[in-house]
Amino acid sequence: MSGHLGPDILARARQLISLYPEPRSALVPLCHLAQEQDGWLRPEAMAEIAELVGVTPAEVQGTASFYDMLHLEPVGTYLVSICTNISCMLDGGLELLEHAEEHLGVGAGGTTPDGKITLEEAECLADCDHAPCVQVNHRYVGAQTPETFDALIEDLRAGRRSDEIPSHGTLIRVRRDGGLRADPEQVASERAAMAEAKARRAAEAAEAAGGEGGS
Amino acid sequence: MAEQPAGAPAAPTDATEGDFTFTLNGRPARGRKGEMLIAAAERAGVFIPRFCYHPRMKSVGVCRMCLVEVTGPRGAALQPSCYLEVTEGMEVVTDSPKVKKAQDGVLEFLLVNHPLDCPVCDKGGECPLQDQTLAYGPGESRFVEEKRHFEKPIPISDLVLLDRERCIQCSRCTRFAAEVAGEAQIDFSGRGEMIEVSTFPDEPFSSYFSGNTVQICPVGALTAVPYRFTARPWDLDQVESTCTTCAMGCRVAVQSSANRLTRILGIDSEPVNHGWLCDKGRFAFESVNAEDRITQPMVRRDGELVPTTWSEALDQAAAGLRRAMTDGGPEAIGVLGGARLTNEGAYLWARLAKGVIGTDSVDAQLGDGLPAETVLGLPRATIAEAASAATVVLLCGDLREELPVAFLRLRAAAVDGTTALVELAPQRSALTPLTTSFLQYRPGDVVELARALTGTGGPPQGVDAGALESARQHLGSGDVVVVLGRPSLAEDGAMVAEAAEVLAGLPGVRFLSALRRGNIHGALDMGLAPGVLPGRVGLEEGGAWFERAWGSVPARRGRDCTGILSSAAGAGDDESRVTALVLLGSEPSVDVPDRDLARRGLGGASFVVAVTSSPGEAVDRADVVLPAAEAHERPGTTTNIEGRVSRVAQKLVPPGQAWPDWMIASELARYMGSDMGIDSMAAVWAEIERLAPAYAGITADVLDAPWARDGVVAPFAGAPVSQAAVPLDPIAVPGVESVERQGAPPRAGSAVTPTAGPDGQVTVEQGTGGQGEGRPPVLAGPAGINAPHVAPTDSYSFRLVVGRTLYDGGTAVAMSEALTPLVTSAPLRVNPHDLDDLGITTGDLVRVRTARDSVVVPVAADPGLARKVVATELNVPFGDVTAGDLIDATSPVVELRLETP
Ligand code: SF4
Ligand code: SF4
Ligand code: FES
Ligand code: FES
Repeated sequence: MSGHLGPDILARARQLISLYPEPRSALVPLCHLAQEQDGWLRPEAMAEIAELVGVTPAEVQGTASFYDMLHLEPVGTYLVSICTNISCMLDGGLELLEHAEEHLGVGAGGTTPDGKITLEEAECLADCDHAPCVQVNHRYVGAQTPETFDALIEDLRAGRRSDEIPSHGTLIRVRRDGGLRADPEQVASERAAMAEAKARRAAEAAEAAGGEGGS
Repeated sequence: MAEQPAGAPAAPTDATEGDFTFTLNGRPARGRKGEMLIAAAERAGVFIPRFCYHPRMKSVGVCRMCLVEVTGPRGAALQPSCYLEVTEGMEVVTDSPKVKKAQDGVLEFLLVNHPLDCPVCDKGGECPLQDQTLAYGPGESRFVEEKRHFEKPIPISDLVLLDRERCIQCSRCTRFAAEVAGEAQIDFSGRGEMIEVSTFPDEPFSSYFSGNTVQICPVGALTAVPYRFTARPWDLDQVESTCTTCAMGCRVAVQSSANRLTRILGIDSEPVNHGWLCDKGRFAFESVNAEDRITQPMVRRDGELVPTTWSEALDQAAAGLRRAMTDGGPEAIGVLGGARLTNEGAYLWARLAKGVIGTDSVDAQLGDGLPAETVLGLPRATIAEAASAATVVLLCGDLREELPVAFLRLRAAAVDGTTALVELAPQRSALTPLTTSFLQYRPGDVVELARALTGTGGPPQGVDAGALESARQHLGSGDVVVVLGRPSLAEDGAMVAEAAEVLAGLPGVRFLSALRRGNIHGALDMGLAPGVLPGRVGLEEGGAWFERAWGSVPARRGRDCTGILSSAAGAGDDESRVTALVLLGSEPSVDVPDRDLARRGLGGASFVVAVTSSPGEAVDRADVVLPAAEAHERPGTTTNIEGRVSRVAQKLVPPGQAWPDWMIASELARYMGSDMGIDSMAAVWAEIERLAPAYAGITADVLDAPWARDGVVAPFAGAPVSQAAVPLDPIAVPGVESVERQGAPPRAGSAVTPTAGPDGQVTVEQGTGGQGEGRPPVLAGPAGINAPHVAPTDSYSFRLVVGRTLYDGGTAVAMSEALTPLVTSAPLRVNPHDLDDLGITTGDLVRVRTARDSVVVPVAADPGLARKVVATELNVPFGDVTAGDLIDATSPVVELRLETP
């Protein structure tokens, strides 16, 4: 079933496979790659992945179906996830979901007829301090009220957020050049920036503590 | 001690065996190194409930039913006994309140989503979930919520249905598919309560072994199409027997109800099938139940076959055969077939043909085999020896298609990494991906290749030098088993035999036959082949011995199948022409690869007797039809590829007036004026044991001995030194209760193989090894085959390879309702570069010209083939023809030209 994945995706797939001692270890990353191409995991893609890593299509399907972030059904351009886990639920998550269902005209798990939006009820998205938490294509868009939610949807539909939110399936847009190993200079500069941020936060904390102590 | 479910097998006998002692429920027990606790406990007579654990597969510990208390450094803790190796001094309790609570909990959880289907579920009555819930469960559930619902059932293949809500996620089926069959076409999908067994869209679980998942599923989630809703287990009656659908000899439980077969289940035989069956063996029993069986004697009157009495039919048969003898001597009679017979039937037919009629033109192999002397004379290996040899040479067809369970055994050996596979074949097989060297040869080059391997010649063109070198290294290991069959049916068997005899020069080499037809090895052993007499002796060496016993033996060597058919068709010298044919359950136009020859031979004979159970061209042509009882309708013995003699049991009363084959032979002899003095099957066996040298010592008592449940290998060397019988997978169907009913639990360990002592000497407790008491010597060593030479060809011609496929147009499949739809058509497979040269592609038609015919067939690209080699399968539709129409049995290879039509 080869020939479904585009040449670019296929080249990246091969690179990924070469990273592991066992080709099948690359199964899940390859599923993400296929989603990047199609927005969801088409059977053709699963069959090709199976061939690439040397397992059966049924095994690819079996593994992929385990993970919420891998979609075996078509997904809209934007996957909107609303958290209804405890913190978010206490802060109106369920009500927001209900509102979203009404506004979009689809239930949780459904996709709008224009193929733009898929609504999803999510478990804790690890952003409880911005409850009720909403993600679009796994990017945080901050706490939403029914009103801001409607505006968000309108923006998405009009393509006004496409700069920051690529279509579903794309996990990262800035790709390290030269394959999978990052350029050492880039790594060094990232590390320096992180160290700087850490030092700044420490200084700020010390200042705050000093201030308290002084009062 | 935990209470056992009703009817659990009695405590096994080898509880005292082991490497060390551990404590089980306060009493000392013996454990073996590397043994799982659950198995050690079972040997000690303590049954621990389980679902996911299967002794023939790797432990996964997923169902948690087998939790027991094991004392460790931090006190007693619950541990899954199927996932914990027993160790010295381990303290284990299997019946404490804590264990009981765990079992209650696990069962309560398993039943949360399990439907109350028992009254309509096939598994009801033999269900491990039912039984173990009764024995170990809480008795009540606290769950009142809605259970999960699914569409029921969904087919996961043409043969297997799945009721997803019944599944308890034990993963036995998915592990079987991946681990044992190597075809993970089913896997779990989803997660948590949404988990289900599923196939990939449009990719059914098409494995030849799918029926095993039905047998090992501990609930009724997987059911087989031919059995679903046909019976309740408590209405079934069963016997233990041997499958004779192919020559592997898998042990089976044959179940019936109201004189109809309902189900065949695998029994765990350590030396043979490890509990597994192929789907053909499991489901081809439908052919026995088929409505259109031949059940009455018939004679041809005014061109019409009319039913008659046995006496008239036998009278006519005898008269016709006598006429042929008067006109052309005994050699005017040719006997074809015999692999569907029991050993007893085969022996008596051999005696009738060779001792009474006096013809040696007898062949149980139908042009698809090897010279009998080669098969019988080469040093032998057992299946177990092949599966544990350092090197296995595959000089045979695709085992998955021909001897499916032999494929499983060798696949396991290769996957374990204990055995290196070296394959000599003109096309790839299911084992090719697991080989260490794959030596692809052009049809006709096999002898040259064998010479190159043994260092007595240069390599044939096109054989990979690297693979050849690595193969030669493996062949030097001194522990080599050659699996010997027919790599291609379009290549003369004599060439393969010569190649085998060349390989026989390797140090320490032994052979395992891969001839596939039912009881073909029994038929050869009983003398149903030209040049041999019963008990693996040559006509010359054994002539005097059998003349004394029978009164006479053939004056000279007779013709083989090709010779018989060619002669009947009118070719060759006139004075000794074959004019009368006796067909022993054979259907030449289907069974003989060269279909044209088969039809001409059948058409050319002036008198044909068909001893058969099924309709077909043989019956349509016959002058006398004698209805024979089928497998499961008569008792007897059968001999498998390794020479293992085991009992086949009678489960049904033969339909109509069908008789067992031995009885037909005995009566026909009487009608021909010669009483063989045989009046029972037991008398036939006694005579075989007495006269057939390779079967000396295999008395009825030996076959019935408890340690001989798996049969004994001929020549009989002696009873095994140790014979532990362990019930394997007691929860597998035939279920806990039915195991008891059957009195024949699935088990392992009663192998009858001589055991080598510390000095490497084989301990022989009894048995004569087939010699002594004036018996002629059994064939030993190469037969000195000289295959015809193949002339080099011009660069335009292609050579044909014809393999086999499990579901073909053979009688067993054609008469089994569930299997017939599985027959697919086979295109002519061609190397893609050759297709490019022809300017055609997969799906197009091509004109194939052979020396005698020209046909138009569809093609498909096969990059696994060498250039200028084309391949297809026998007995499946192939355009409007079958591959048999292209095969010429009188030419060593089949050359053909391809043209765009
Ligand atoms: S279908 Fe049967 S064998 Fe397969 S996982 Fe479910 S319960 Fe186990
Ligand atoms: S492998 Fe052969 S003997 Fe075994 S079940 Fe299949 S057909 Fe029967
Ligand atoms: S509970 Fe909603 S993000 Fe954690
Ligand atoms: S966990 Fe041991 S039998 Fe399933």
